[in-house]
Amino acid sequence: MHQVKRILQEVKEFKAASFATPIWMLVEVICETLIPLLMASIITYGVEAGNMDHILKMGGIMVILVAIGFTGGLLGGVYGAKASTGLARNLRESMFNKIQTYSFSNIDKFSTAGLVTRLTTDVTNVQNSYQMVLRIAMRAPASMIISLVMAFIINKNLASIYLVAIVFLSIVLFFIIRRATKTFMEAFPKYDALNASVQENVSAIRVVKAYVREEEETKKFHKASDAILKIFTKAEKNVIINQPIMQFTVYSCIILISWLGAKMISTDALVIGDLMALLTYCMNILMNLMMVSMIFVMLSMSTASIRRISEVLEEESTLQNPAEPVYEVADGSILFKDVEFSYNAGAEEPILKDIDLEIKSGETIGIIGGTGSAKSTLVNLISRLYDVDKGEVLVGGLNVKDYDMDSLRNQVSVVLQSNVLFSGSIYENLRWGDIDATDEECQRACKLACADEFINRFPDGYNTHIEQGGTNVSGGQKQRLCIARALLKKPKILILDDSTSAVDTATDAKIRKAFRDEIPNTTKLIIAQRIASVQDADRIIVMDNGMINGFGTHEELLTNNEIYREVYESQTGGAGDFDEKEGI
Amino acid sequence: MAGPMGRRQMGPKPKIENPGKLFTRVMSYVFRFYKIHCIIVVACIFISVFANLQGTLFMQKLIDVYLPPLLTAAKPDFTPLAQAIIRVACFYGIGIVSSYIQARTLLTVTQGTMKSIRNELFEHMEKLPIKYFDTHAHGDIMSIYTNDIDTLRQMISQSIPQLINSAVTIVSVFISMCILSIPLTGVTLVMIAIMLFCSGKILGKSSKYFMEQQQNLGKVNGYIEEMMNGQKVVKVFCHEDECKKDFKELNDHLYECASRANKFVNIMGPVNGQLGHLSYLVCVIVGAILALNNITGLTLGALASFLTLNKNFNMPINQISQQFNSIVMAMAGADRIFKLMDEKEEVDEGYVTLVNAKEVDGKLVETEERTGRWAWKHPHKADGTVDYVELLGDVVFDDVDFGYTDEKMVLHNIDLFATPGQKIAFVGSTGAGKTTITNLINRFYDIQDGKIRYDGININKIKKADLRRSLGIVLQDTHLFSGTIMENIRFGKLDATDEEVIAAAKLANADKFIHKLPDGYNTQLIEDGANLSQGQRQLLAIARAAIADPPVLILDEATSSIDTRTERIVQEGMDKLMKGRTTFVIAHRLSTVKNSDCIMVLEQGRVIERGNHDQLIEAKGKYYQLYTGNEIGA
Repeated sequence: MHQVKRILQEVKEFKAASFATPIWMLVEVICETLIPLLMASIITYGVEAGNMDHILKMGGIMVILVAIGFTGGLLGGVYGAKASTGLARNLRESMFNKIQTYSFSNIDKFSTAGLVTRLTTDVTNVQNSYQMVLRIAMRAPASMIISLVMAFIINKNLASIYLVAIVFLSIVLFFIIRRATKTFMEAFPKYDALNASVQENVSAIRVVKAYVREEEETKKFHKASDAILKIFTKAEKNVIINQPIMQFTVYSCIILISWLGAKMISTDALVIGDLMALLTYCMNILMNLMMVSMIFVMLSMSTASIRRISEVLEEESTLQNPAEPVYEVADGSILFKDVEFSYNAGAEEPILKDIDLEIKSGETIGIIGGTGSAKSTLVNLISRLYDVDKGEVLVGGLNVKDYDMDSLRNQVSVVLQSNVLFSGSIYENLRWGDIDATDEECQRACKLACADEFINRFPDGYNTHIEQGGTNVSGGQKQRLCIARALLKKPKILILDDSTSAVDTATDAKIRKAFRDEIPNTTKLIIAQRIASVQDADRIIVMDNGMINGFGTHEELLTNNEIYREVYESQTGGAGDFDEKEGI
Repeated sequence: MAGPMGRRQMGPKPKIENPGKLFTRVMSYVFRFYKIHCIIVVACIFISVFANLQGTLFMQKLIDVYLPPLLTAAKPDFTPLAQAIIRVACFYGIGIVSSYIQARTLLTVTQGTMKSIRNELFEHMEKLPIKYFDTHAHGDIMSIYTNDIDTLRQMISQSIPQLINSAVTIVSVFISMCILSIPLTGVTLVMIAIMLFCSGKILGKSSKYFMEQQQNLGKVNGYIEEMMNGQKVVKVFCHEDECKKDFKELNDHLYECASRANKFVNIMGPVNGQLGHLSYLVCVIVGAILALNNITGLTLGALASFLTLNKNFNMPINQISQQFNSIVMAMAGADRIFKLMDEKEEVDEGYVTLVNAKEVDGKLVETEERTGRWAWKHPHKADGTVDYVELLGDVVFDDVDFGYTDEKMVLHNIDLFATPGQKIAFVGSTGAGKTTITNLINRFYDIQDGKIRYDGININKIKKADLRRSLGIVLQDTHLFSGTIMENIRFGKLDATDEEVIAAAKLANADKFIHKLPDGYNTQLIEDGANLSQGQRQLLAIARAAIADPPVLILDEATSSIDTRTERIVQEGMDKLMKGRTTFVIAHRLSTVKNSDCIMVLEQGRVIERGNHDQLIEAKGKYYQLYTGNEIGA
């Protein structure tokens, strides 16, 4: 329930519209239910009595009611649209802004796909439900109650038939809906699974075709598809009995009222016009009851969306800026003091443990180690993408928690392993690093990152449009652009997290040489798979299983670190002639 | 009535060509298996409308025929009324039963049709050439299965029956109205005309705004997707404020369009509803004047019935206008569905097939049993003879040119000879055309010029399925499937026993880590194996290739996303796998290709150097430069 409240907080400036909608809908409903009453009056006292004046007088009132009802319906519609789309806008904006405050661990928790669904499908669901609630939640019960009251005013005894009908229909609807929602809840995951299998086949089509598994995959799909057919038929079967039951109730009422009404008319207890009005209300009452039940269905279907949205809104960033932040990073020195870290608090084994490390400003540090040895985790602590569990990380002599996070990240530039470019020109992408960078600065950064050679080959050069996700450049080109983008920050510390894996050895070497010559004062941390990428570093860290296994120069590690030697040999084949050639 | 209005709505959507044809095509799926069902549905609709009409006529008779005598007689006789009520109760009963049968039949039709469209779509998609997948966004393909099929479902299950119902109702009500009173019918028609005019105007506006809304929604969703994917980069670059600003702009714009579009949809109800009331009122007044002055012989009961009919007439017209948007949407969906279905399938004119073979008297002959030896069965059309060529894995490229489009060639004059058991490596920078070459061997793409021969047979003559079966492939992106590890390895050979699977896993060095998993070989993989590390996934992909036991292997950057320590384990597995097979290796990590029999250095689609490692190092060319990381001459 508090989740619904949390969502409603986002109504904000659309409160007035949200209140106005049901009120105007109420106006419409009142007019609409009064009209049959007037009709009855016209028939009884006008037509039957031959009183044309009465007909015109009532007719006049009816026109006024129609006009008021129209206004009500119109404004109800307009405000309803405004309130619901407004809520959707606010929800999207609040969620988006909230996500911007998220730390890496918050993002990990939700997953990218999860966040996208919450911002798109879930918001649309809530928008539709909100509109439905505003416009119908008031209208339908009100219409039902007013009609019922009117019916009672006309004739108590006959109207009580409706009361029985309402109770009967409510109970039946309740059970139908309960069963239907249950089966639908079972059906939806199956449907998701079917879509997942399509997705799988689309993205893995090369494997499917290479193994000539088209037929088997089709067979598998047909089986899943059959299951969908069965479970949805089962679910829908519950829904379709709604209509006949509704009809049954309405028809029963009509027959009962006609019969009993006729008896009353014969004893002058009822007039013909009233009987007609009663029959009109019949439809009104029961149709609106149906509507109310539909609202419940809609709401129960959107509760999942409501929950997912409020989760995003209520998630608090795991990282907070300090009260009195420091904005300037003194130099590029890094110190790890007895650091321990794990991604989730409950983990038995920490990801990183016993990390003690001292890196001087301006040093070039290579980091090497197997997958899962926590190389990325180690560097992610430097720009405070995650907070340590134990110990402390110092940059420029100060604990990273004392810095303003933006300032820290602007001065500690990370090129992430899973890197992305955004749709826009190359210039626009580069300027993520520095909004005010001139064209010349951008080009210089690209030159350093060896990106200029291919950019210049593009017909549009630096104005080449990058597609979403950078799909129109190759992996190696993407990596070089990402490095250039990070360089534009002119950071004190530059971290390359396996950022040249798709770049060929020669270019890789060229980039490292440029770093050495052009930005000598920047501390550089280079995570790499290739020994060649790190062997000329000042010092190299060998990570193993979350711990530092060795730290020293290439030569030192070759002699005293087994893992390093092993990796080195595996990459050079251990044949003597290569060692010699390596030196050239 | 539906026709002209329909076209008017199609007007602003030039994308859908020939909606009539699309519609017929959708219906052909419905009729394929459900002709009788459809007849039942339509019959039920007729019966329901008829039963409903009987109900209305009963009301008229109630007031005109049955009630007046009750008022006057001293001792009223209720028998005629009782009879009438029983009669109408029967009609109501029939109406209820038929509307249930209609709904139930329709459910079968809808679900069944959806299934056959879904299945045909998938079956066809599996037959499409790789080119289709390379040139279409995967998200768009997915959306055909989810959104577009759903719009069709809505159309078949709701819109079409609703339209038929409305049309039948309109006709029958119209006839009844004419019988009751022609002047009042005229009055009603005038009001209807006004209603149609108004809703047409509103619909026109709203569909314009709706398209705008969809466009903006697309933009916002696109932005969301892009930013969520890059959220970590946004953080690292402290770009949050800029993103918020950009998003706000897009989001506000969407709000404006959405608000406008919804407004128009919302006011349609009140406009039509109140116009309906006015129509009712005008009929009352005109009818009262007629009845009171006894013009045209309109009775009070007839007037009462007419008023009910008047209401019944307005309702279906409202419904028709409401269904239009969903039909237009369904047609747009159908358009995309059929576009996929009309994509040309991968053609296969190959006639050389792969068969089990054994040697009898020094000659290869075809056999049913699995001998472990395979042969190409090559029938010669000219003289009707059949040749058997042993499957060895000899691959030759003869002056091959290739381009993904005819205008732009990406490979030029490629010559290549791989004798059975040899390891051939391709190196070169990204975009040099390495992967393209392997796409040609298995005929994912067809070459423009030159020849590729497999065991001396032009691969164009080999049946694609058999050609691919003889090639094992391990890609950089592993692509595992949801299912158990056992099932994933068995993907390479469907009839493999558990023991064979385990043997393959052992060969690929995957057995060890699989045993450490909680459920061993029965561990369920989720989302392309997201619960495994990259190295583990790669080991499974190798095991999958190993179990297929192909004479030719293609390893496309199979180890480039694995760290070197893991790579050693993977490499060992691969070395075992490569033994005795012709292997094509693509790698940018040169240490993986060093021991190849021949290394081809590619640059911009041409082979610029070839030879073994030592020869290439000796030559001090591009390979030397790539390998040592040194500039030439440095």
